[in-house]
Amino acid sequence: MFHSDPRRWRLPRGASIAAFSFLLPALLLIGVFTLIPIVYALFLSVQKMDLISGHHRFIGLANLRYLAEDDKFWAACHNTLRYVSMVVPLQTAIALILACVLNGRIRFKRVFVTLLFLPTLTSSAALTMIFMWLFNNAGVLVRLLQNTLGITINFLGDPAWALGIIMLMNIFSTVPGLMVVYLAGLQAIPPALYEAAMLDGAGPIRRHWEISVPQLTPITCYVMTMGVIGCFQLFDQAFILSGGDGGPDNATLTFTLLIYHFAFKNYNTMGLACALAVVLTLIILCATVLLNRFVRPDGVNA
Amino acid sequence: MSTPTLRRPASSGLLLYGFLGCYSLLTLAPFAWAILTSLKSTREIASGTTLLPASPTLDAYRILLHSELDTWLLNSFTVAISVTVLNVLFNTMAGYALARYRFRGRQLLFQVLMLLVMVPGQVTMIPAFQIVARLGLVDTHLSLILTSGVSITYIFMMRQFFINFPTEIEEAAILDGCSPLASFFRIVLPMARPALVTQAVFVFMGVWNEFMKPLLFISSVDLYLLPQGLNAVARQFAKSSSWNLIMAGSLLSVMPVLLLYVTLNRHFINLNDQSSGLK
Repeated sequence: MFHSDPRRWRLPRGASIAAFSFLLPALLLIGVFTLIPIVYALFLSVQKMDLISGHHRFIGLANLRYLAEDDKFWAACHNTLRYVSMVVPLQTAIALILACVLNGRIRFKRVFVTLLFLPTLTSSAALTMIFMWLFNNAGVLVRLLQNTLGITINFLGDPAWALGIIMLMNIFSTVPGLMVVYLAGLQAIPPALYEAAMLDGAGPIRRHWEISVPQLTPITCYVMTMGVIGCFQLFDQAFILSGGDGGPDNATLTFTLLIYHFAFKNYNTMGLACALAVVLTLIILCATVLLNRFVRPDGVNA
Repeated sequence: MSTPTLRRPASSGLLLYGFLGCYSLLTLAPFAWAILTSLKSTREIASGTTLLPASPTLDAYRILLHSELDTWLLNSFTVAISVTVLNVLFNTMAGYALARYRFRGRQLLFQVLMLLVMVPGQVTMIPAFQIVARLGLVDTHLSLILTSGVSITYIFMMRQFFINFPTEIEEAAILDGCSPLASFFRIVLPMARPALVTQAVFVFMGVWNEFMKPLLFISSVDLYLLPQGLNAVARQFAKSSSWNLIMAGSLLSVMPVLLLYVTLNRHFINLNDQSSGLK
């Protein structure tokens, strides 16, 4: 793959030096702030480390054993599973529907896309503020429900609702980006396929299910993989909404929030934080592999 | 462009516009409510009975611009612009080298980068913090700039871009005795402008909206970046129902990215409509 590229020309002497001087700044920063940290994280994950004294000793897999017995770890697992199972299908479906609609002959297409993109442009912090104000106890939605249906829901304080609000927020902010990915995918489908289907008498709904959806399978796979990874890494919204503690009642505790707690809120659980980060990496890797088996990225267009 | 044979009947067109309109309204509603709130007085918000502001006022914005918010805005601009410049330069250089040069260990390097890009940020976060501490950079903007200075994702993007990019002009320049560095800066960079713009916009947005990294690295209030500052403001004012301030701050924080997006989105979102240039 690398050597058959016809566009790469033979270079005069000194090409290696030039290549390395082009690569040097990037490699330096990647080495110091990505490669060394990964190796160090693997090392720390089997250590017990005290942040103040810097003293550490080897404890093997004891960190993993601790995690397996920790209620907060299982709360984070539970929350993340609930989260993934709701957010990923919903955001994928909504993004696909919007993209299909926008791919039609629509006037003011760019206006719509620009409007719809607003939540993606907004920082997670600002968006969380806006949602907190919407769902706040003194906020407009709570008052509306009180006045019309006479029920009072404490959206942000009730463990049954708090995670749901974060789900809503996440779907709201990721859909536009995924929609654009789908839109690009739809534009790559050869129009001849649709024309042939029309000649065969297939209606718009049939064309959607029998041409668009299967042709988009690789994109769907990508969108869902990115969605799952994003869900596992959830931090900002949960941190801001709960004031950093994952409450109410651990309902918004996520893996990343827990890593943050272990690393920076306690003084002797740095190793535990790294062990959890490694576990998270493995979970994400497994989920990605499983998803790619299940959805078959190269099933159609290969 | 879709062919005329694919024209839909009018009724289904209405349905499509209806659906799009509804979703757009749903998208805009929270922002509209934020704008309305930012124009109210604290007293009006506490009473909570009105939908529209009784006497619209820009007080919230005025108060914010005389608070620490302008420092945070400036901090965010400083960090975001520095990170963007470093990324565009370094990622492009690295991507160019990977695409154009044959050197020892290129394949290995490529595979290592491939592996590194798959590791989630949570793994590197804690050790990176310790390295930053070791370098004495905790609570400085430099820590944010250096740790975000390069992105493997965009190195790959630039590599792909240069692989698909004709080499003739560079070859001519080299034959004319131009050094590789000179040809890169004088010929390659100007020609790669569309890719650089896309990269710059996404890097800028990413840094501008980043929450976790500043939270870990920055502790002095006057060095906060905007999202972190917003969070601090919200904690301070939420109890006193000064949501006008919080909403005004949130809206202000969106403005630069929104402007950037609206002016440049033609470069990176290609729609099959009449207005966008088809290649």
